[in-house]
Amino acid sequence: MDKIENNKAWFLVLPVLLLVAFSAVIPLMTVVNYSVQDTFGNNVFFWEGLGWFKEVLTSSRVHGALGRQLAFSAIILAIQIPLGIAIALCMPKRGFWASVCLVLMSLPLLIPWNVVGTIWQILGRTDIGLLGYTLDQLGISWNYARNPVHAWIIVVVMDVWHWTSLVALLAYAGLQSIPQAYYQAAKIDQASRWKVFRYIELPKMQGVLLIAILLRFMDSFMIYTEPFVVTGGGPGSATSFLSIDLVKMALGQFDLGPAAAFSIMYFLIILLVSWVFYTVMTNIDKAEGK
Amino acid sequence: MAQITLDNLAHSYLPYPSRDDDWALKQLDHVWNDGEAYALLGASGCGKSTLLNIISGLLVPTRGRILFGDQDVTRQDTVERNIAQVFQFPVVYDTMSVRDNLAFPLRNRGMDPAYIAARVQKVAHMIGMEATLGRKARGLTADAKQKISLGRGIVREDVNAILFDEPLTVIDPHMKWELRTQLKALHNEFGHTMIYVTHDQTEALTFADKVVVMHDGRVVQLGTPEELFDTPEHTFVGYFIGSPGMNLLDADISGNTAHCTGHAIPLNGHYKAQNGKIQIGIRPEFVSLVSGQEGLPVTIRRIEDVGRHQILRAEFAGQPINAILPEGMAVPSDANRLKFDPMRVNVYVDDWRVKPLHSVATSQKEAV
Repeated sequence: MDKIENNKAWFLVLPVLLLVAFSAVIPLMTVVNYSVQDTFGNNVFFWEGLGWFKEVLTSSRVHGALGRQLAFSAIILAIQIPLGIAIALCMPKRGFWASVCLVLMSLPLLIPWNVVGTIWQILGRTDIGLLGYTLDQLGISWNYARNPVHAWIIVVVMDVWHWTSLVALLAYAGLQSIPQAYYQAAKIDQASRWKVFRYIELPKMQGVLLIAILLRFMDSFMIYTEPFVVTGGGPGSATSFLSIDLVKMALGQFDLGPAAAFSIMYFLIILLVSWVFYTVMTNIDKAEGK
Repeated sequence: MAQITLDNLAHSYLPYPSRDDDWALKQLDHVWNDGEAYALLGASGCGKSTLLNIISGLLVPTRGRILFGDQDVTRQDTVERNIAQVFQFPVVYDTMSVRDNLAFPLRNRGMDPAYIAARVQKVAHMIGMEATLGRKARGLTADAKQKISLGRGIVREDVNAILFDEPLTVIDPHMKWELRTQLKALHNEFGHTMIYVTHDQTEALTFADKVVVMHDGRVVQLGTPEELFDTPEHTFVGYFIGSPGMNLLDADISGNTAHCTGHAIPLNGHYKAQNGKIQIGIRPEFVSLVSGQEGLPVTIRRIEDVGRHQILRAEFAGQPINAILPEGMAVPSDANRLKFDPMRVNVYVDDWRVKPLHSVATSQKEAV
């Protein structure tokens, strides 16, 4: 069949182009616009060039926030991925209790983020919160508003409570797709439980686990609402992650230029990580399909 | 290696089986000889997979015992029974190399590494995968993966039996022949007891020493391919084995003659009077087309040329009847009668074969 050449067909792409322009390109460009200018109010702008980028790149405050953010994401992944897999392995494969487990597991995922924050904010209080009160009565000096370690603990535990279900559900779906014959064959080959996990379950879950890691990394890297509600980024700046710091900079201090430069770099980091994940996943798919 | 005894075995998937239909596997009493190759043959849902799972230890039978040698293994699990099994779809460990896949069952049993290396090399040679030993199993074709599964099945020398659950379903037709021949060769070389489940009669007849034909949860016949062909014990065997299957005609029997709607058909012996549904069965191979007054008058529907021979499709009194004619034989225009070889006519009452009281064929056999 001959290919029909019709350059007018390009016009059919216009609606999408318009949509993307308004939803992504134009807002992003305003940020780019702010990032290269300075203002002292009254809508008067001065050309600043790459000055803000240099400032942000060398700012110890931003470095601190980035370090805390990376540490937070690393801790979250290190806890949630193994815990999620462990829970998925313990869940019943079928029957009534499988459904009960699935419903219970999905509950935390359905709660709005600021509500999650409020729940844990109250839970951790020593005067009216169940957790804080119990710890206090046990003689443990507990104060997440003053002690940075306590603040980290409550933010991490909250996120684990909120999001481990997602990892568990994805891993569970991966486990369910393994044909029974694999387990029977492993039994006949006298494989130990660990080997069954290592050579059957883990490889078969690889795809969904990569998605789980990607989702959890993205989400934890952009976390804002819950720590904002629980600790407000404190004590001091102990739990000021990138988003919280960015909002403080942009809206608290109204430093639009640095905040815009900061946003663009934030965006680029996320883009880079997504690209790496995408490449890894497509490579695995290719190896699978060979 | 061991002789396998099925003692009073039956299985139902229901907790309280009451009716005959509730049993997925009806009562079985068989002794399967050590070192023979058996094929479990039957249509889907006939109970062959249930029986295989009972032998492999994945399923505990509702009733009866199963013995390996003289040891009762009914309640032992798969590992204790020391059997190997190859599944319908390839089961390979994706992240391991082909070599590690083949070595896996041996390493898990803590065998000597030098022995493992030699054994893996040997098995790889048998399945023709020496060149790909170092490759990862992920990304190999279905053929290659199933060859690895077969290899893992035969890598252990000390197994009591090797079970195959329709292992060639995913294999290309030309590879099927090759692998089947290799399996047969392996069997001859090592003398493992092999049990091979299939619904493909060619596979069963070419692979096995003895074929176990199953129908509706019952073993309807256990015999050599020759026995299944010559004397099907049940009409299902006659119908299932052969292409086309055995012809069955409703008849009345008196002495050494069968009467089909008024036409007399000579038999190979005397039968006593029978009650129930009486049929005679004859393979299309022993039906010949003749002209004249002799034989059964039929209406010829069509002739199919399948290369090696021709299949004549005809009808007698509303019942289909097939005959196999030699290749290239011209069908005379006046030929409309079929003649049966009396030595090859079997008599069935309620689907089970009955033997003649005395016949030329049986007395000859007894003399031998």
